[in-house]
Amino acid sequence: MTGTLDVVVRLLAVFVAFLVLPLVVGQTEHKVMAHMQGRLGPMYAGGFHGWAQLVADGVKFAQKEDVVPAGADRRIFQLAPAVALLPYLLVLVAIPIGPGNQVGQSVDAGIFFVLAVMGVGVLGSMMAGWASANKFSLLGGLRTAAQLLAYELPMVLAAASVAMAAGTVSLVGVLDAFHWWWVPWQIVGGLVFFTAGLAELQRPPFDMPVADSEIIFGAYTEYTGLRFALFLLSEYAGIVVLCGLTTVLFLGGWHGPFGADGLGWLWTLLKTAVLAFVVIWLRVSYPRLREDQLQKLAWTVLIPLALAQIALTGVVKVVIQ
Amino acid sequence: MTLAAAGPGFLSPTGVEIAFLLVGIATLGAALVAVTTKQLVHAALWLVVALGGLAVEYLLLTAEFIAWVQVLIYVGSVVVLLLFGLMLTKAPIGRSPDADSGNRWAALAVAVASAAALVWVVVDAFRTTWIDLDGVVQGSTKVSGQYLFRHWVLPFEALSVLLLAALVGAIVLSRHKDGRAGAAGPADPAGPADPAGPAGPAGSAGGSDSRQNGAR
Repeated sequence: MTGTLDVVVRLLAVFVAFLVLPLVVGQTEHKVMAHMQGRLGPMYAGGFHGWAQLVADGVKFAQKEDVVPAGADRRIFQLAPAVALLPYLLVLVAIPIGPGNQVGQSVDAGIFFVLAVMGVGVLGSMMAGWASANKFSLLGGLRTAAQLLAYELPMVLAAASVAMAAGTVSLVGVLDAFHWWWVPWQIVGGLVFFTAGLAELQRPPFDMPVADSEIIFGAYTEYTGLRFALFLLSEYAGIVVLCGLTTVLFLGGWHGPFGADGLGWLWTLLKTAVLAFVVIWLRVSYPRLREDQLQKLAWTVLIPLALAQIALTGVVKVVIQ
Repeated sequence: MTLAAAGPGFLSPTGVEIAFLLVGIATLGAALVAVTTKQLVHAALWLVVALGGLAVEYLLLTAEFIAWVQVLIYVGSVVVLLLFGLMLTKAPIGRSPDADSGNRWAALAVAVASAAALVWVVVDAFRTTWIDLDGVVQGSTKVSGQYLFRHWVLPFEALSVLLLAALVGAIVLSRHKDGRAGAAGPADPAGPADPAGPAGPAGSAGGSDSRQNGAR
Protein backbone atom coordinates (compact mmCIF):
# COMPACT_ATOMS: atom_id res chain seq x y z
CA MET A 1 0.00 0.00 0.00
CA THR A 2 2.81 2.43 0.84
CA GLY A 3 4.36 1.53 -2.52
CA THR A 4 1.23 2.61 -4.40
CA LEU A 5 0.96 5.78 -2.31
CA ASP A 6 4.61 6.56 -3.04
CA VAL A 7 4.05 6.23 -6.78
CA VAL A 8 0.92 8.39 -6.66
CA VAL A 9 2.67 11.12 -4.68
CA ARG A 10 5.63 11.15 -7.06
CA LEU A 11 3.43 11.32 -10.16
CA LEU A 12 1.35 14.09 -8.59
CA ALA A 13 4.49 16.08 -7.77
CA VAL A 14 5.74 15.72 -11.35
CA PHE A 15 2.31 16.72 -12.69
CA VAL A 16 2.15 19.82 -10.49
CA ALA A 17 5.68 20.79 -11.58
CA PHE A 18 4.59 20.25 -15.17
CA LEU A 19 1.67 22.63 -14.72
CA VAL A 20 3.38 25.30 -12.63
CA LEU A 21 6.96 25.63 -13.89
CA PRO A 22 6.09 26.43 -17.55
CA LEU A 23 3.72 29.16 -16.34
CA VAL A 24 6.45 30.60 -14.12
CA VAL A 25 8.83 30.62 -17.10
CA GLY A 26 6.15 32.24 -19.25
CA GLN A 27 5.47 34.98 -16.73
CA THR A 28 9.21 35.55 -16.28
CA GLU A 29 9.49 35.88 -20.03
CA HIS A 30 6.76 38.52 -20.08
CA LYS A 31 8.49 40.57 -17.39
CA VAL A 32 12.13 40.05 -18.43
CA MET A 33 11.42 40.84 -22.07
CA ALA A 34 9.48 43.92 -21.09
CA HIS A 35 12.23 45.27 -18.85
CA MET A 36 14.92 44.55 -21.41
CA GLN A 37 12.89 46.55 -23.92
CA GLY A 38 12.22 49.44 -21.52
CA ARG A 39 8.59 48.47 -20.82
CA LEU A 40 6.78 47.27 -17.74
CA GLY A 41 4.95 44.25 -19.12
CA PRO A 42 1.64 43.01 -17.64
CA MET A 43 0.80 45.06 -14.53
CA TYR A 44 -2.93 44.65 -13.78
CA ALA A 45 -4.05 41.01 -13.74
CA GLY A 46 -3.95 39.69 -10.16
CA GLY A 47 -2.79 42.98 -8.68
CA PHE A 48 0.90 42.64 -7.81
CA HIS A 49 2.92 43.24 -11.03
CA GLY A 50 0.41 41.29 -13.12
CA TRP A 51 1.31 37.91 -11.66
CA ALA A 52 -1.96 36.34 -12.85
CA GLN A 53 -1.56 37.42 -16.48
CA LEU A 54 -1.00 33.86 -17.75
CA VAL A 55 -3.96 32.56 -15.75
CA ALA A 56 -6.08 35.23 -17.43
CA ASP A 57 -4.60 34.22 -20.79
CA GLY A 58 -5.53 30.61 -20.09
CA VAL A 59 -9.12 31.59 -19.31
CA LYS A 60 -9.22 33.59 -22.53
CA PHE A 61 -7.91 30.65 -24.57
CA ALA A 62 -10.45 28.29 -22.98
CA GLN A 63 -13.33 30.60 -23.98
CA LYS A 64 -12.32 30.79 -27.65
CA GLU A 65 -14.03 28.70 -30.29
CA ASP A 66 -12.14 25.57 -31.29
CA VAL A 67 -11.98 25.83 -35.09
CA VAL A 68 -10.94 22.97 -37.34
CA PRO A 69 -10.47 24.11 -40.98
CA ALA A 70 -12.83 22.46 -43.46
CA GLY A 71 -9.98 21.12 -45.62
CA ALA A 72 -7.95 19.79 -42.71
CA ASP A 73 -7.38 16.18 -41.76
CA ARG A 74 -9.65 16.39 -38.76
CA ARG A 75 -8.38 13.65 -36.50
CA ILE A 76 -4.68 14.32 -36.93
CA PHE A 77 -5.26 18.06 -36.59
CA GLN A 78 -6.91 17.47 -33.23
CA LEU A 79 -4.40 14.90 -32.05
CA ALA A 80 -1.29 17.00 -32.81
CA PRO A 81 -1.27 19.25 -29.69
CA ALA A 82 -1.37 16.20 -27.40
CA VAL A 83 1.51 14.58 -29.28
CA ALA A 84 3.48 17.80 -28.90
CA LEU A 85 2.80 18.25 -25.19
CA LEU A 86 2.74 14.80 -23.55
CA PRO A 87 6.39 13.82 -24.27
CA TYR A 88 7.61 16.68 -22.07
CA LEU A 89 5.46 15.41 -19.21
CA LEU A 90 7.04 11.98 -19.64
CA VAL A 91 10.56 13.46 -19.69
CA LEU A 92 9.95 15.37 -16.45
CA VAL A 93 9.33 12.05 -14.71
CA ALA A 94 12.93 10.97 -15.32
CA ILE A 95 14.75 14.18 -14.30
CA PRO A 96 16.28 13.90 -10.79
CA ILE A 97 16.00 17.07 -8.71
CA GLY A 98 17.82 15.96 -5.57
CA PRO A 99 20.15 13.31 -4.16
CA GLY A 100 18.97 9.82 -3.37
CA ASN A 101 15.54 8.98 -4.71
CA GLN A 102 14.30 12.52 -5.34
CA VAL A 103 13.28 11.63 -8.87
CA GLY A 104 9.91 10.73 -10.38
CA GLN A 105 11.16 7.40 -11.67
CA SER A 106 14.80 6.39 -12.01
CA VAL A 107 15.24 5.12 -15.59
CA ASP A 108 18.13 2.78 -16.35
CA ALA A 109 18.87 4.27 -19.79
CA GLY A 110 17.77 7.75 -18.72
CA ILE A 111 19.76 9.82 -21.25
CA PHE A 112 18.40 7.81 -24.16
CA PHE A 113 14.91 7.91 -22.69
CA VAL A 114 14.79 11.70 -22.48
CA LEU A 115 16.34 12.26 -25.91
CA ALA A 116 14.08 9.70 -27.57
CA VAL A 117 10.90 11.04 -26.00
CA MET A 118 11.82 14.68 -26.71
CA GLY A 119 12.30 13.75 -30.36
CA VAL A 120 8.75 12.35 -30.44
CA GLY A 121 7.37 15.74 -29.37
CA VAL A 122 8.48 17.28 -32.65
CA LEU A 123 6.20 14.83 -34.49
CA GLY A 124 3.33 16.89 -33.06
CA SER A 125 4.49 20.00 -34.92
CA MET A 126 4.92 18.02 -38.14
CA MET A 127 1.45 16.48 -37.81
CA ALA A 128 -0.01 19.94 -37.19
CA GLY A 129 1.85 21.37 -40.17
CA TRP A 130 0.63 18.71 -42.54
CA ALA A 131 -2.93 18.29 -41.29
CA SER A 132 -3.78 22.02 -41.38
CA ALA A 133 -4.09 22.06 -45.21
CA ASN A 134 -2.35 25.42 -45.28
CA LYS A 135 0.79 26.28 -47.21
CA PHE A 136 2.32 28.26 -44.37
CA SER A 137 1.73 25.38 -42.01
CA LEU A 138 3.25 22.92 -44.45
CA LEU A 139 6.34 25.13 -44.79
CA GLY A 140 6.54 25.30 -41.01
CA GLY A 141 6.30 21.53 -40.74
CA LEU A 142 9.03 21.08 -43.34
CA ARG A 143 11.33 23.48 -41.55
CA THR A 144 10.61 21.75 -38.25
CA ALA A 145 11.62 18.40 -39.74
CA ALA A 146 14.80 19.77 -41.33
CA GLN A 147 15.76 21.42 -38.06
CA LEU A 148 15.13 18.30 -36.01
CA LEU A 149 17.23 16.16 -38.35
CA ALA A 150 20.10 18.63 -38.16
CA TYR A 151 20.12 19.25 -34.40
CA GLU A 152 19.23 15.83 -33.00
CA LEU A 153 22.71 14.54 -33.83
CA PRO A 154 24.83 17.14 -31.96
CA MET A 155 22.46 16.82 -29.02
CA VAL A 156 22.91 13.05 -28.82
CA LEU A 157 26.67 13.36 -29.29
CA ALA A 158 27.00 15.95 -26.51
CA ALA A 159 24.92 13.80 -24.16
CA ALA A 160 27.04 10.78 -25.12
CA SER A 161 30.13 12.65 -24.00
CA VAL A 162 28.68 13.02 -20.48
CA ALA A 163 27.65 9.37 -20.50
CA MET A 164 31.25 8.43 -21.33
CA ALA A 165 32.59 10.64 -18.54
CA ALA A 166 30.23 9.16 -15.97
CA GLY A 167 30.39 5.60 -17.27
CA THR A 168 26.62 5.30 -17.17
CA VAL A 169 23.57 6.39 -19.20
CA SER A 170 21.37 6.82 -16.15
CA LEU A 171 20.63 10.43 -15.18
CA VAL A 172 20.81 9.57 -11.48
CA GLY A 173 24.11 7.75 -12.07
CA VAL A 174 25.55 10.75 -13.94
CA LEU A 175 24.83 12.98 -10.96
CA ASP A 176 26.28 10.48 -8.50
CA ALA A 177 29.54 10.42 -10.47
CA PHE A 178 29.74 14.21 -10.83
CA HIS A 179 32.77 16.25 -9.68
CA TRP A 180 33.04 20.02 -9.92
CA TRP A 181 35.82 19.90 -12.54
CA TRP A 182 33.40 18.24 -14.94
CA VAL A 183 31.94 21.68 -15.65
CA PRO A 184 35.09 23.06 -17.39
CA TRP A 185 35.82 19.60 -18.83
CA GLN A 186 32.40 19.26 -20.49
CA ILE A 187 31.70 22.93 -21.13
CA VAL A 188 31.89 22.66 -24.94
CA GLY A 189 29.51 19.71 -24.92
CA GLY A 190 27.22 21.66 -22.62
CA LEU A 191 27.09 24.62 -24.99
CA VAL A 192 26.42 22.32 -27.94
CA PHE A 193 23.66 20.51 -26.03
CA PHE A 194 21.98 23.74 -24.94
CA THR A 195 22.17 25.30 -28.41
CA ALA A 196 20.88 22.17 -30.12
CA GLY A 197 18.10 21.93 -27.54
CA LEU A 198 17.07 25.53 -28.25
CA ALA A 199 16.90 24.65 -31.93
CA GLU A 200 14.82 21.57 -31.22
CA LEU A 201 12.37 23.71 -29.23
CA GLN A 202 12.31 26.26 -32.08
CA ARG A 203 13.11 29.06 -29.71
CA PRO A 204 14.68 32.28 -31.02
CA PRO A 205 17.21 32.63 -32.62
CA PHE A 206 16.25 29.24 -34.09
CA ASP A 207 12.57 30.04 -34.67
CA MET A 208 12.62 29.77 -38.47
CA PRO A 209 9.86 27.06 -38.37
CA VAL A 210 7.43 29.42 -36.62
CA ALA A 211 8.77 32.74 -38.02
CA ASP A 212 5.62 34.73 -37.30
CA SER A 213 6.52 37.61 -39.63
CA GLU A 214 6.94 35.45 -42.74
CA ILE A 215 5.05 32.16 -42.38
CA ILE A 216 2.63 33.29 -39.65
CA PHE A 217 3.57 30.88 -36.86
CA GLY A 218 4.17 28.00 -39.28
CA ALA A 219 2.57 24.75 -38.17
CA TYR A 220 0.29 26.54 -35.67
CA THR A 221 -1.30 29.01 -38.12
CA GLU A 222 -4.71 27.32 -38.12
CA TYR A 223 -4.90 26.59 -34.41
CA THR A 224 -7.11 28.54 -32.04
CA GLY A 225 -8.26 28.38 -28.47
CA LEU A 226 -7.22 25.60 -26.17
CA ARG A 227 -5.30 23.62 -28.77
CA PHE A 228 -3.12 26.63 -29.56
CA ALA A 229 -2.60 27.13 -25.84
CA LEU A 230 -1.43 23.52 -25.58
CA PHE A 231 1.20 24.19 -28.25
CA LEU A 232 2.35 27.28 -26.35
CA LEU A 233 2.43 25.29 -23.12
CA SER A 234 4.52 22.62 -24.80
CA GLU A 235 7.06 25.28 -25.82
CA TYR A 236 7.44 26.46 -22.23
CA ALA A 237 7.43 22.92 -20.84
CA GLY A 238 10.18 22.27 -23.37
CA ILE A 239 12.21 25.16 -21.95
CA VAL A 240 11.85 23.73 -18.44
CA VAL A 241 12.86 20.26 -19.65
CA LEU A 242 15.83 21.50 -21.67
CA CYS A 243 17.16 23.68 -18.84
CA GLY A 244 16.62 20.87 -16.34
CA LEU A 245 18.45 18.40 -18.54
CA THR A 246 21.36 20.77 -19.16
CA THR A 247 21.56 21.31 -15.42
CA VAL A 248 21.58 17.60 -14.68
CA LEU A 249 24.00 16.59 -17.43
CA PHE A 250 26.49 19.46 -17.46
CA LEU A 251 26.09 21.63 -14.36
CA GLY A 252 25.96 18.99 -11.66
CA GLY A 253 22.24 19.12 -10.84
CA TRP A 254 21.81 19.04 -7.08
CA HIS A 255 25.54 19.43 -6.37
CA GLY A 256 26.42 22.83 -4.96
CA PRO A 257 29.07 24.59 -2.90
CA PHE A 258 27.13 23.81 0.30
CA GLY A 259 23.99 22.13 1.59
CA ALA A 260 23.77 19.58 -1.21
CA ASP A 261 22.18 16.95 1.05
CA GLY A 262 19.19 18.85 2.35
CA LEU A 263 18.81 21.63 -0.21
CA GLY A 264 19.89 19.77 -3.34
CA TRP A 265 16.54 20.35 -5.05
CA LEU A 266 17.02 24.09 -4.51
CA TRP A 267 20.31 24.01 -6.41
CA THR A 268 18.64 22.16 -9.27
CA LEU A 269 15.82 24.70 -9.43
CA LEU A 270 18.25 27.64 -9.19
CA LYS A 271 20.46 26.41 -12.03
CA THR A 272 17.39 25.60 -14.14
CA ALA A 273 16.01 29.08 -13.51
CA VAL A 274 19.29 30.75 -14.52
CA LEU A 275 19.34 28.75 -17.75
CA ALA A 276 15.70 29.63 -18.44
CA PHE A 277 16.66 33.28 -17.99
CA VAL A 278 19.40 32.79 -20.61
CA VAL A 279 16.81 31.29 -22.98
CA ILE A 280 14.64 34.40 -22.60
CA TRP A 281 17.66 36.68 -22.89
CA LEU A 282 18.64 35.05 -26.20
CA ARG A 283 15.14 35.65 -27.53
CA VAL A 284 15.39 39.36 -26.84
CA SER A 285 18.94 39.87 -28.06
CA TYR A 286 19.49 37.72 -31.17
CA PRO A 287 17.91 38.08 -34.63
CA ARG A 288 16.43 35.01 -36.29
CA LEU A 289 18.84 32.76 -38.18
CA ARG A 290 18.04 32.13 -41.84
CA GLU A 291 17.28 28.52 -42.85
CA ASP A 292 20.64 27.94 -44.56
CA GLN A 293 22.48 29.54 -41.64
CA LEU A 294 20.61 27.20 -39.31
CA GLN A 295 21.71 24.13 -41.24
CA LYS A 296 25.24 25.40 -41.62
CA LEU A 297 25.58 26.04 -37.90
CA ALA A 298 24.46 22.51 -37.07
CA TRP A 299 26.52 20.59 -39.63
CA THR A 300 29.71 22.63 -39.73
CA VAL A 301 30.00 23.98 -36.17
CA LEU A 302 28.01 22.01 -33.62
CA ILE A 303 28.72 18.48 -34.86
CA PRO A 304 32.51 18.97 -35.15
CA LEU A 305 32.50 20.60 -31.71
CA ALA A 306 30.54 17.70 -30.25
CA LEU A 307 32.91 15.18 -31.83
CA ALA A 308 35.91 17.13 -30.48
CA GLN A 309 34.30 17.05 -27.03
CA ILE A 310 33.88 13.29 -27.29
CA ALA A 311 37.54 12.92 -28.26
CA LEU A 312 38.59 15.12 -25.33
CA THR A 313 36.37 13.16 -22.95
CA GLY A 314 37.88 9.89 -24.18
CA VAL A 315 41.46 11.13 -23.79
CA VAL A 316 40.91 12.53 -20.30
CA LYS A 317 39.03 9.43 -19.25
CA VAL A 318 41.90 7.17 -20.35
CA VAL A 319 44.51 9.41 -18.71
CA ILE A 320 42.83 9.59 -15.30
CA GLN A 321 42.27 5.86 -15.18
CA MET B 1 15.46 -32.07 -29.48
CA THR B 2 13.19 -30.00 -27.29
CA LEU B 3 10.11 -28.53 -28.82
CA ALA B 4 9.58 -25.73 -26.35
CA ALA B 5 11.11 -24.16 -23.30
CA ALA B 6 11.20 -26.25 -20.19
CA GLY B 7 10.04 -24.64 -16.97
CA PRO B 8 7.06 -22.34 -17.38
CA GLY B 9 4.79 -23.73 -20.05
CA PHE B 10 2.52 -21.97 -22.50
CA LEU B 11 -0.54 -22.62 -20.38
CA SER B 12 -1.42 -20.38 -17.43
CA PRO B 13 0.30 -17.25 -18.78
CA THR B 14 1.40 -14.43 -16.50
CA GLY B 15 0.22 -10.83 -16.76
CA VAL B 16 3.37 -9.74 -18.59
CA GLU B 17 2.90 -12.48 -21.16
CA ILE B 18 -0.69 -11.43 -21.80
CA ALA B 19 0.40 -7.80 -22.14
CA PHE B 20 3.15 -8.88 -24.53
CA LEU B 21 0.64 -10.72 -26.67
CA LEU B 22 -1.85 -7.84 -26.71
CA VAL B 23 0.79 -5.27 -27.61
CA GLY B 24 2.02 -7.64 -30.30
CA ILE B 25 -1.46 -7.88 -31.81
CA ALA B 26 -1.82 -4.08 -31.72
CA THR B 27 1.58 -3.67 -33.36
CA LEU B 28 0.69 -6.15 -36.08
CA GLY B 29 -2.61 -4.36 -36.66
CA ALA B 30 -0.89 -0.96 -36.93
CA ALA B 31 1.65 -2.41 -39.34
CA LEU B 32 -1.14 -3.89 -41.50
CA VAL B 33 -2.99 -0.56 -41.58
CA ALA B 34 0.29 1.20 -42.45
CA VAL B 35 0.69 -0.86 -45.63
CA THR B 36 -2.98 -0.97 -46.63
CA THR B 37 -4.20 2.59 -45.96
CA LYS B 38 -4.78 4.80 -48.99
CA GLN B 39 -3.60 7.95 -47.17
CA LEU B 40 0.13 8.40 -47.44
CA VAL B 41 0.82 10.45 -44.31
CA HIS B 42 -1.52 8.22 -42.29
CA ALA B 43 0.64 5.30 -43.34
CA ALA B 44 3.71 7.05 -41.91
CA LEU B 45 1.87 7.80 -38.67
CA TRP B 46 0.64 4.20 -38.35
CA LEU B 47 4.28 3.23 -38.80
CA VAL B 48 5.01 5.35 -35.71
CA VAL B 49 2.42 3.32 -33.80
CA ALA B 50 3.92 0.04 -35.03
CA LEU B 51 7.49 1.07 -34.13
CA GLY B 52 6.33 2.35 -30.75
CA GLY B 53 4.58 -0.97 -30.15
CA LEU B 54 7.86 -2.75 -30.89
CA ALA B 55 9.59 -0.51 -28.34
CA VAL B 56 6.98 -1.51 -25.76
CA GLU B 57 7.67 -5.18 -26.56
CA TYR B 58 11.38 -4.60 -25.91
CA LEU B 59 10.48 -2.95 -22.61
CA LEU B 60 8.37 -5.94 -21.61
CA LEU B 61 11.38 -8.15 -22.35
CA THR B 62 13.42 -5.89 -19.96
CA ALA B 63 15.60 -4.58 -22.83
CA GLU B 64 15.21 -0.95 -21.83
CA PHE B 65 18.21 0.42 -23.71
CA ILE B 66 17.16 -1.23 -26.98
CA ALA B 67 13.64 0.14 -26.54
CA TRP B 68 14.72 3.77 -26.16
CA VAL B 69 17.24 3.51 -28.99
CA GLN B 70 14.42 2.11 -31.13
CA VAL B 71 12.31 5.18 -30.36
CA LEU B 72 15.24 7.58 -30.82
CA ILE B 73 16.40 6.22 -34.18
CA TYR B 74 13.20 4.98 -35.80
CA VAL B 75 10.50 7.32 -34.51
CA GLY B 76 12.77 10.33 -33.96
CA SER B 77 14.82 10.14 -37.16
CA VAL B 78 13.58 7.63 -39.73
CA VAL B 79 9.88 8.55 -39.53
CA VAL B 80 10.70 12.27 -39.41
CA LEU B 81 12.79 11.78 -42.56
CA LEU B 82 9.89 9.88 -44.14
CA LEU B 83 7.41 12.63 -43.26
CA PHE B 84 9.86 15.22 -44.56
CA GLY B 85 10.01 13.38 -47.87
CA LEU B 86 6.21 13.07 -48.01
CA MET B 87 5.72 16.76 -47.29
CA LEU B 88 8.23 17.68 -50.01
CA THR B 89 6.06 15.79 -52.49
CA LYS B 90 2.99 17.70 -51.28
CA ALA B 91 1.30 14.65 -49.79
CA PRO B 92 -2.40 15.39 -50.27
CA ILE B 93 -4.93 15.28 -47.47
CA GLY B 94 -7.36 12.45 -48.07
CA ARG B 95 -7.03 9.37 -50.24
CA SER B 96 -4.50 9.08 -53.04
CA PRO B 97 -5.82 6.16 -55.13
CA ASP B 98 -3.10 6.65 -57.76
CA ALA B 99 -0.34 5.91 -55.26
CA ASP B 100 -0.44 2.18 -56.00
CA SER B 101 2.37 0.51 -57.91
CA GLY B 102 0.20 -2.48 -58.88
CA ASN B 103 2.63 -4.88 -57.25
CA ARG B 104 0.24 -5.75 -54.46
CA TRP B 105 0.41 -9.53 -54.86
CA ALA B 106 4.15 -9.68 -55.47
CA ALA B 107 4.70 -7.54 -52.38
CA LEU B 108 2.42 -9.79 -50.34
CA ALA B 109 4.32 -12.88 -51.48
CA VAL B 110 7.71 -11.34 -50.60
CA ALA B 111 6.39 -10.14 -47.23
CA VAL B 112 4.95 -13.54 -46.31
CA ALA B 113 8.11 -15.33 -47.41
CA SER B 114 10.44 -13.05 -45.46
CA ALA B 115 8.17 -13.10 -42.41
CA ALA B 116 8.08 -16.89 -42.53
CA ALA B 117 11.88 -17.06 -42.79
CA LEU B 118 12.37 -14.65 -39.88
CA VAL B 119 9.80 -16.33 -37.65
CA TRP B 120 11.30 -19.73 -38.42
CA VAL B 121 14.85 -18.58 -37.57
CA VAL B 122 13.79 -16.84 -34.36
CA VAL B 123 11.62 -19.73 -33.19
CA ASP B 124 14.35 -22.24 -34.03
CA ALA B 125 16.97 -20.23 -32.15
CA PHE B 126 15.07 -19.15 -29.06
CA ARG B 127 12.28 -21.63 -28.38
CA THR B 128 14.21 -23.21 -25.51
CA THR B 129 15.29 -19.97 -23.83
CA TRP B 130 13.26 -18.24 -21.19
CA ILE B 131 13.65 -14.77 -19.74
CA ASP B 132 13.33 -14.72 -15.98
CA LEU B 133 11.46 -11.47 -15.36
CA ASP B 134 11.67 -11.66 -11.58
CA GLY B 135 15.41 -12.15 -11.26
CA VAL B 136 18.31 -9.91 -12.28
CA VAL B 137 17.40 -7.68 -15.24
CA GLN B 138 18.78 -9.41 -18.31
CA GLY B 139 18.44 -6.61 -20.85
CA SER B 140 19.85 -3.62 -18.96
CA THR B 141 22.23 -1.21 -20.66
CA LYS B 142 25.21 -2.78 -18.90
CA VAL B 143 24.36 -6.32 -19.95
CA SER B 144 23.59 -5.29 -23.53
CA GLY B 145 26.87 -3.39 -23.76
CA GLN B 146 28.89 -6.28 -22.38
CA TYR B 147 27.28 -8.71 -24.83
CA LEU B 148 27.79 -6.37 -27.74
CA PHE B 149 31.47 -5.73 -27.09
CA ARG B 150 32.43 -9.19 -25.83
CA HIS B 151 30.64 -11.51 -28.24
CA TRP B 152 29.52 -9.37 -31.17
CA VAL B 153 32.41 -6.96 -31.77
CA LEU B 154 33.15 -8.11 -35.32
CA PRO B 155 29.58 -7.77 -36.67
CA PHE B 156 29.32 -4.45 -34.85
CA GLU B 157 32.47 -3.10 -36.48
CA ALA B 158 31.47 -4.47 -39.89
CA LEU B 159 28.13 -2.67 -39.58
CA SER B 160 29.79 0.60 -38.63
CA VAL B 161 32.10 0.34 -41.65
CA LEU B 162 29.03 -0.26 -43.81
CA LEU B 163 27.31 2.82 -42.38
CA LEU B 164 30.46 4.86 -42.86
CA ALA B 165 30.56 3.79 -46.51
CA ALA B 166 26.91 4.85 -46.88
CA LEU B 167 27.72 8.20 -45.28
CA VAL B 168 30.70 8.82 -47.57
CA GLY B 169 28.58 7.71 -50.54
CA ALA B 170 25.86 10.22 -49.66
CA ILE B 171 28.42 13.01 -49.42
CA VAL B 172 30.03 12.04 -52.74
CA LEU B 173 26.66 11.92 -54.51
CA SER B 174 25.57 15.33 -53.26
CA ARG B 175 28.99 16.88 -54.01
CA HIS B 176 28.97 15.55 -57.55
CA LYS B 177 25.71 17.28 -58.37
CA ASP B 178 26.96 20.53 -56.89
CA GLY B 179 30.11 20.49 -59.02
CA ARG B 180 28.24 19.99 -62.25
CA ALA B 181 25.71 22.71 -61.54
CA GLY B 182 28.54 25.18 -61.09
CA ALA B 183 29.05 27.32 -58.02
CA ALA B 184 25.73 27.23 -56.21
CA GLY B 185 25.41 30.38 -54.17
CA PRO B 186 26.19 29.99 -50.47
CA ALA B 187 22.83 31.56 -49.68
CA ASP B 188 20.97 28.88 -51.68
CA PRO B 189 18.67 27.40 -49.03
CA ALA B 190 18.27 24.10 -50.87
CA GLY B 191 22.03 23.53 -51.04
CA PRO B 192 23.02 23.01 -47.41
CA ALA B 193 19.67 21.53 -46.43
CA ASP B 194 19.77 18.86 -49.10
CA PRO B 195 22.72 16.71 -47.98
CA ALA B 196 21.48 17.21 -44.44
CA GLY B 197 18.47 15.01 -45.10
CA PRO B 198 19.92 11.70 -46.28
CA ALA B 199 22.98 11.97 -44.07
CA GLY B 200 20.84 12.21 -40.94
CA PRO B 201 20.30 8.62 -39.79
CA ALA B 202 23.57 7.33 -41.20
CA GLY B 203 25.38 10.16 -39.47
CA SER B 204 23.77 9.46 -36.13
CA ALA B 205 24.67 5.81 -36.38
CA GLY B 206 28.27 6.68 -37.22
CA GLY B 207 28.30 9.09 -34.32
CA SER B 208 27.15 6.55 -31.79
CA ASP B 209 29.81 4.26 -33.17
CA SER B 210 32.61 6.70 -32.46
CA ARG B 211 31.20 7.24 -28.98
CA GLN B 212 31.25 3.56 -28.22
CA ASN B 213 34.73 3.26 -29.66
CA GLY B 214 35.81 5.90 -27.22
CA ALA B 215 34.04 4.23 -24.32
CA ARG B 216 35.98 1.06 -24.71
